[in-house]
Amino acid sequence: MTGPASNDPPTPRPLRVVVATDCGSTTTKAILIEKIGDEYRQTYRGEAPTTVEAPFEDVTRGVLNAIAEIEELSGRKILDGDRILTPCKDDKTGVDLYISTSSAGGGLQMMVTGVVQNMTGESAQRAALGAGAIVIDVLASNDGRLPHEKIERIRTMRPDMILMSGGTDGGAVTHVVEMAEYIAAAEPKPRFGATYKLPLIYAGNKAAQGQVKTILGEKTALVMTENIRPVLERENLGPARHKIHDLFLEHVMQQAPGYKKLMEMTGAPIMPTPAAVGLIMETIAKREHINLIGVDIGGATTDVFSVFDGTFNRTVSANLGMSYSVSNVLAEAGLANIMRWVPFTIDEQTLRNRIKNKMIRPTTIPQTLDELQIEQAIAREALRLALIHHKSLATALKGVQQERTISDVFEQQTSGKTLIDMLKLDLIVGSGGILSHAPRRVQAMMMMVDAYEPLGVTRLSVDSIFMMPHLGVLSTIDEKAATDVFVRDCMIYLGTCVAPIGQGKVGDRCADYEIAFPDGRVVTDHLKFGDLRLYPLGVGEQATVMVRPMKRVSCGAGPGTPVTKTVHGGVVGLLFDGRGRPLQLPADQQARISLLTAWDQAVGLYPSSEDVASSRRTDSR
Amino acid sequence: MAHSYTPGLTVTDQTVVRRVRQLPLQGTVLVKEGDLVQATQSVARAELPGKVYPLNLANQLGVAPGEIKEYLVKREGETVHKDEVLAENKPFFKWLKTEIRSPITGTVESISLVTGQVLLREPPRVLNLLAYVDGLVVEVRPQQGVTIECACSLVQGIFGIGGEAHGEIVVAVEGPDRPLMPDRLTAEMKDKVVIGGSFLPAETMAKAKEIGVAGLVVGGIHDQDLRALLGYDLGVAITGSEQVGFTLILTEGFGAIPMATKTFALLSARAGAMASISGATQIRAGVIRPEVIIPLKEKRLPATRSADRAREGIQLGDLVRIIRDPLFGQIGRVSALPSELRKIPTESEVRVLEVQLDDGSTVVVPRANIEVIEGA
Repeated sequence: MTGPASNDPPTPRPLRVVVATDCGSTTTKAILIEKIGDEYRQTYRGEAPTTVEAPFEDVTRGVLNAIAEIEELSGRKILDGDRILTPCKDDKTGVDLYISTSSAGGGLQMMVTGVVQNMTGESAQRAALGAGAIVIDVLASNDGRLPHEKIERIRTMRPDMILMSGGTDGGAVTHVVEMAEYIAAAEPKPRFGATYKLPLIYAGNKAAQGQVKTILGEKTALVMTENIRPVLERENLGPARHKIHDLFLEHVMQQAPGYKKLMEMTGAPIMPTPAAVGLIMETIAKREHINLIGVDIGGATTDVFSVFDGTFNRTVSANLGMSYSVSNVLAEAGLANIMRWVPFTIDEQTLRNRIKNKMIRPTTIPQTLDELQIEQAIAREALRLALIHHKSLATALKGVQQERTISDVFEQQTSGKTLIDMLKLDLIVGSGGILSHAPRRVQAMMMMVDAYEPLGVTRLSVDSIFMMPHLGVLSTIDEKAATDVFVRDCMIYLGTCVAPIGQGKVGDRCADYEIAFPDGRVVTDHLKFGDLRLYPLGVGEQATVMVRPMKRVSCGAGPGTPVTKTVHGGVVGLLFDGRGRPLQLPADQQARISLLTAWDQAVGLYPSSEDVASSRRTDSR
Repeated sequence: MAHSYTPGLTVTDQTVVRRVRQLPLQGTVLVKEGDLVQATQSVARAELPGKVYPLNLANQLGVAPGEIKEYLVKREGETVHKDEVLAENKPFFKWLKTEIRSPITGTVESISLVTGQVLLREPPRVLNLLAYVDGLVVEVRPQQGVTIECACSLVQGIFGIGGEAHGEIVVAVEGPDRPLMPDRLTAEMKDKVVIGGSFLPAETMAKAKEIGVAGLVVGGIHDQDLRALLGYDLGVAITGSEQVGFTLILTEGFGAIPMATKTFALLSARAGAMASISGATQIRAGVIRPEVIIPLKEKRLPATRSADRAREGIQLGDLVRIIRDPLFGQIGRVSALPSELRKIPTESEVRVLEVQLDDGSTVVVPRANIEVIEGA
């Protein structure tokens, strides 16, 4: 039997030891969190292949294997056969809580529908994405597809769940009923098994609820909830998101191999991995009162999270990733965009073959420096494209009437403007293998700086070993435990980037600056266009930076206006980026390569040729 | 306990595979447990519901949705032929008459008085599910499908395109390091599974299509040629439904890479035999690899020979293929498995292993960058 060893009713007790797992598509990652003194720390980690697929078809096998690795490393007895020992009995036996997140088996795949594509269609998409889903299609009355094409599409897709929206409360019902008729005609089947009805959430015009029930009540597992767009001016995503989570646990998880057992083992509901990451991002932003962008670049997908002025958004670029989807990054970004970050020449055929070979053997790692440079070039483009995607969806509501004032004569704004304001951005958090496991931390920092082109003053960090999902779900049980581990073991602050906005000829003066270091030292210098400068400023240290930009250059306060800010250090330090915004690279190949090489050397991005030669000598011994 | 596991590709002369044949929706199973079946035989049948065509009659007739029933000539559930009148108005003046004709032959599925839509459905299409491999029916799932067991020689490829095919094996090159040039293909190779060596150029692909070969099995191709063949840049390795005229299986990867000697020798030894091949590849969760299945005369082999069992990690002496530059495509045997992490030229500290290549030299490779040639 699988399940907690104790059958005692759950009583609130102090948490001392927590084991948490994240069941990913390929790997199940387990971490142990222990209370040491007054604070919680992540102490051990273990991982094992995920076992959702044949021949195991039981997710708990991978979970137990990953926990067994922790047992071995920590010397703590956590498992009794297939059971997790709870609660913690003594210093060496049991844990108080076991929690888990999951994205195995392709995560939660949803299809959403709306009436107007960029209004209710987008609202439905935001609701699903925020709940941690991958949106496989957005159908809308005005999406340009013919009715029979829509029906065919619904029929061929096998989503885990459908979210239907459309119409404001009390508005016309025709279009939303029409969509219900299409869905009924398509008779959609769920992805896992054909023996249960497909869960469908209706979150549209409440006046159409009766008709939708008549049309879809028999054919689907229909659930009604509040309208996600009750009036044009307001989104109400919360109730739909909660229903998605409920149905995810009640229907989808029950069908995935071994999840019934896993649900019995956990002390809190299993969360979809991206939902848990989103939760921790929201918690940081709220606690620190900051605007942030978080990114999790994986093998198959890239998730982007943002919190701006308290509004949380998440997008997933389902086919931008570093292994399974690497070839798609090439297809979407184009060869030239990838090559612009590579500091050497390589012929197209060789590069294309290499990228395809990574796609078909996704678990391989770069063995040579040039392979690493190519992968990091691809990562820059994947990050850049995923942010563009995010910006397009993290917007103010579209279709909303705006009151115009006299100032609009000078600054016309359309409705649906993106909420992502890079000038207001305080922190970028990077996660995922290519960022977390970059051999040098400065490489992670430069990948994010090059891809996101932060403006003004922006702090950067990475997730040390990808434990944000675990901490997200932990924060629902014990926020202090989650925060302690997040601050001390999860976040690795890289440092701060200072990037004046504007362009100029390489070598021209861009800005003057003064840095007052914590030890009393003051550095005064000027930054030229094309310069990259890195100053050591350690983790936990702060410095005061005064930047005086040139006449047509801004550092956030307007052209030529000086800015003084307190900046935070990190394992990389304080970076002055004088390469101009938007960042432009020379079209001429030789000029581009020599500029990239100069930048690499300025920040110590890659080992020098002597370092590589010496490493090869060691290797051959 | 967790262990470092590198999934490999199986190349073996004798094994037992089970292939699940599943209908996309409920139907009828045509065979019973214990039956011997042929690859091209139907084992199950289902009726795929026909396509649905919505027609907004309210709009076309210019009436309110609630009124359309008055104009309908056909009722729900009735059969309708293409161009037959579905609905019509009865105006006072004849020349104002509007007739709505059916765009398809099928049935009237539903009529909505809320939206004014009529849904028409085409007749169902019969789907015959083939056995795909010669073998024994070992399991029947009523209304869903069967599992067929086949004692065979098996070659798993790394990547393929195109669906299932069946044909006689013909070897078209002298050795595994020889490219398959167009002049090696002849008209007699129609409907056959042609084995090449290191590389398949675009010109040979064109000729294969022209001749009508069933399948091509080669070491590698250039990505640019694949893009030209498909007409688009393949972003994610989920394949099997392409229709390019033949099924293509790569045994090594992208580029000109000699086919592993063992693979070439096995396929050559089985020349003249009938093979079932599939190009379907899925690299993400639930890995599916392209395969060449060549049935043996014996219908059963000991269970330990099964290729479907899970491996227990890499061991000394294992035959492995290096799957990343700078030694991509080289094959050798594992000669040491040091447990400590080693710093590689990228400065990453990783677990490595030593591989002794055919020429006797030894190289150090990250464990993530090798693939075990299973069945060795």
